[in-house]
Amino acid sequence: MDRKIRVLIGKPGLDGHDRGAKYIARALRDAGMEVVYTGIRQTPEAIADAAIQEDVDFVGISLLSGAHNHLFPEVARLLNNKDASDIILFGGGVIPEEDIPGLKEAGYAAIFTPGTPAAEVVEFINSQMEKRQ
Amino acid sequence: MNSSMDIIRGIGEGSIRAIAKALSEVENGSSGSTDILDYLFSRQQGFTLGITGPPGAGKSTLVDRMITRYRSIDNSVGVIAVDPSSPFTGGALLGDRIRMQSHATDSKVFIRSMGSRGHLGGLSGATRDASLVLSAAGYNPVIIETVGVGQAEVEVAELADITLLVLVPGLGDDVQSMKAGIMEIGDIIVLNKSDRSGIEQLENYVKASLDLMPPGLKRPEVIRVSATNGGGLEDLWCAMDRLAATHSEKDKLLRSAVKTMNQILRENGVLFSEKLLELEYNGREAVEKLILAGQLTPYAVGRKLLERAERMFEHNGSK
Repeated sequence: MDRKIRVLIGKPGLDGHDRGAKYIARALRDAGMEVVYTGIRQTPEAIADAAIQEDVDFVGISLLSGAHNHLFPEVARLLNNKDASDIILFGGGVIPEEDIPGLKEAGYAAIFTPGTPAAEVVEFINSQMEKRQ
Repeated sequence: MNSSMDIIRGIGEGSIRAIAKALSEVENGSSGSTDILDYLFSRQQGFTLGITGPPGAGKSTLVDRMITRYRSIDNSVGVIAVDPSSPFTGGALLGDRIRMQSHATDSKVFIRSMGSRGHLGGLSGATRDASLVLSAAGYNPVIIETVGVGQAEVEVAELADITLLVLVPGLGDDVQSMKAGIMEIGDIIVLNKSDRSGIEQLENYVKASLDLMPPGLKRPEVIRVSATNGGGLEDLWCAMDRLAATHSEKDKLLRSAVKTMNQILRENGVLFSEKLLELEYNGREAVEKLILAGQLTPYAVGRKLLERAERMFEHNGSK
């Protein structure tokens, strides 16, 4: 068996600021994971479809435009509809503190705000994988 | 959806999730993967296209164009995009989807990214099995895109029905180093970015290399395209269709069956050797130490293992 943790990193919506997303993608790769990077300006449908085809364990999405309260839950809803609620979701970007509980309610296991060290995201993923096994 | 029976049933029902799970099973070489492959083997249909070439040659953009082309004649298209895994961490950044975004929500296009990992028997085992899954699930063609570094281009040519080698102007030494590859692999050599300067030089160079081919080998076609602005693509599609028409379905299946068996025998050979190493020397690490310490030669190890295997066969035979 040669099992690898697979993570999809995507950016929904209209903002093109992908530094954060790329930074996390590289950090996860360097932690030995296989990271599928979808690029910017993805629709929630495209992210959900890609996550299913790629059979990832995690989907991480990043948004800096302020539309997270709409787009984040939409990705979760689509994955649920497609019978893929076992994929663990996390989010990142400019997210106000007060919005975080609502996003967790919508199915996000973690929300990482600016300044989070990459190691924290790696640790989150590893601990979630351990819990699952 | 975790047993191989569930997965096989799901594929029959056209479930995208089941196909994706099957791909993971075969990629991980899990215990159920042989059942899945065994069931799907005779259900393969259509053909496989291999695309290789140096990094930055525009392979993903060309694949994107190819998907559009096959979708326009109403085929479902499968894509396996292989990117290198780090030999140190085992991690990989798989970014080929970025250039195929126009098909992101088309339900008749299935794109799967794979890390090259450190597969037993090389890249070909996992990509071969993954392309079998997509082919049996009804995707035709299945396009395999791989970075042409080292052996990968030869391997992809071995498993695809038609192989395209993509080259671009300005890579100088990269083309030099692929000289041998040029002769061995491409059914079609695609000269991409034909709007750039240096395209003449590249074409002359490639053609001169082809002139050195030993007689009797089939000479690949050389076609200039610009995947970005669409120039030359019609010529490429025609050349691909001509080649596809020369492969009869039955020939292809037989050829691939024998080839696949040969590859599996090689992979099994590695597995058996590992088992024998375990019995004879307590595993690879221990024997590596002995070799490095000068207490054993590699040849002595090979001989010991063969002797051990022979003793085991004799023992079984006398039962």
